[in-house]
Amino acid sequence: MSSAEAFARHLAGQRLRERIFRASTLAAAILLLLLLGGVVVSLLHGAWPAFDRFRLAFITQDVWNPVTNRYGALSAIYGTVVTSVLAMILALPVSFGIAVFLTELAPPWLKRPVGVAIELLAAIPSIIFGIWGLFVLAPVLQESVEPWIDGHLGKLPLVGALFQGAPYGIGFLTAGIVLAIMIIPFISAVIRDVFDTVPDVLKESGYGLGATTWEVIWKVVVPYSRSGMIGGIMLGLGRALGETMAVTFVIGNAHQISASLLAPGTTISAAIANEFTEATTPLYTSSLIALGVLLFVITFAVIAAARLMLLRLGRRGLASV
Amino acid sequence: MKGFSLKSLPARFAVLALASAASVPVFAAGQITGAGSTWVYPLVAKWADAYRTKTATQVNYQPIGSGGGIAQVEAGTVAFGASDKPLTSDVLRQHHLVQFPTAIAGEDIVYNLPGIQAGQLIVSGPVVADIFMGKITRWNDPALKKLNPGLALPDMPISVVHRSDGSGTTFTFANYLSKVSPQWKSQVGADTSVAWPTGLGGKGNEGVASYVQRIRGAIGYVEYAYILENHMQYARMINSAGKLVTPSLAAFQSAAANVDFTKAQDFYVILTDQPGANSWPISGCTWQILRTDAQKSVNEQVTQFFLWGFEQGQSMAESIAFGPLPASTVQAIKVYWKQNLGI
Repeated sequence: MSSAEAFARHLAGQRLRERIFRASTLAAAILLLLLLGGVVVSLLHGAWPAFDRFRLAFITQDVWNPVTNRYGALSAIYGTVVTSVLAMILALPVSFGIAVFLTELAPPWLKRPVGVAIELLAAIPSIIFGIWGLFVLAPVLQESVEPWIDGHLGKLPLVGALFQGAPYGIGFLTAGIVLAIMIIPFISAVIRDVFDTVPDVLKESGYGLGATTWEVIWKVVVPYSRSGMIGGIMLGLGRALGETMAVTFVIGNAHQISASLLAPGTTISAAIANEFTEATTPLYTSSLIALGVLLFVITFAVIAAARLMLLRLGRRGLASV
Repeated sequence: MKGFSLKSLPARFAVLALASAASVPVFAAGQITGAGSTWVYPLVAKWADAYRTKTATQVNYQPIGSGGGIAQVEAGTVAFGASDKPLTSDVLRQHHLVQFPTAIAGEDIVYNLPGIQAGQLIVSGPVVADIFMGKITRWNDPALKKLNPGLALPDMPISVVHRSDGSGTTFTFANYLSKVSPQWKSQVGADTSVAWPTGLGGKGNEGVASYVQRIRGAIGYVEYAYILENHMQYARMINSAGKLVTPSLAAFQSAAANVDFTKAQDFYVILTDQPGANSWPISGCTWQILRTDAQKSVNEQVTQFFLWGFEQGQSMAESIAFGPLPASTVQAIKVYWKQNLGI
């Protein structure tokens, strides 16, 4: 066998391997799409009786009555959005602070312990957060924090309605706080990683020009890592929207819409977790699956909004990560 | 690790021995499966444990909730389902099912009021209905004061706690309120879950119990066994005879004594708000549901197990606050089995 033949055979073998490799990665990608498609189809199929029966009223009404078999998802949607937004408001500044501290300000010996602590926080199962929220956080909120909020913030004009009501210790506020604690590790870990990718040269040039740490962070680090930050924030928001166990413990599981953050409510995933086992009529089960569809749509909308934001940032030439 | 593998060796041999008996049918001799009500779970578990040591028959019971129990027995995946809400004769016939009662139990109002001890608070059905409809919102409401002249009721908001999941406990509670309050009947009604006009929901009896213990000024309803276990503050109630009663096994059985299970078709009987000076107003029962078209040998195993429980497991039931069925009812159940299952 000549060396040319051997080389040709070697090439053919390589091509075959290449083809198999390519086909298998394609198969993996297609499998994912099939799975996603299967989820969507079976969700829609299960939810169809509810959507068919209630039409738009399923989204616009807040009745949830198993006795008369009438279901509307508005209170669950409201609770999902309110708790998630509250969690983002509480978690964002803290996560940002953690990331800035870890990348710019912390002495090297402190970086590792704090970083590991954040990763540990991310590894705690959500049911632990739920139990902690119910047994530790809720009594504190009920006995000291919420009476104060009701007495002081509740008297403010305009926003007062947000902070009025009997202190249950369980409700939107408690759920928002627990969710915030749960998503802080995710957001801060992503933001820290993105901040780490900012080239030292850029930062050093900033400092060299006489900029303060504040100025370097806001004018160099943040603009450079904006798209990555948005990714981290969306990851946290996605987790907050779908979180089930921890929220079920502290939200109060009441199908109602209240202006007050101190009142009990429910979320989409909490309602499903609570009621699925005992949903005795087909329409009831179907309505719960329809709630699942809505959560799917909301999560998808969040991801789509994030993509759009990144696109617009990219066009303005600010996103470089 | 060594200790672990040594320990598991006999277990592995046992598995092998089981696997080698490959010809066993789905419901193997010595194995019966059931699912349903969480309420009756402590009783079935206790009976099953004693029954296994006596007869080597193993009863596996999954407390997945009454709705789940009904669905699974309809689908034929379990030999029996347990529900705290009886099915009507029409539904039973339509799905080829039969049902019979298991034991009598009760539930009560629990509360969290500083300075007020267990059994001190007195409530009546209409007042409870008004509280759970959000019409009575403070503990020092005149209606509550009138029932409790000797108690220093605090000026505190009432936090209503109900079940967030569907439940036979809720069905029994709402059924009672429907009987004593026309407004509850027309606006809320009775089912395993209802559209609560007010309050917050806890998952399971334990969820309601822990919310009530945690929230000052809270009121809720739980099964009597949970009150005993958690030493909760419970209320005494005015029953339909206008008498003041304390929750107890005797009071639940008194409610059942006023009902003739033997005359009701398919034992469809609701034990709430029964007459009788000693009757506890919120008494309830759990039904076992079987398929008429299941293998006869499977149904036989199930009925034998429950018959053993009715006859031999009475003191076990009483020890966990379940009232045994009267002998006449057990006799009627035997006749019912004969007629419907040929057993």
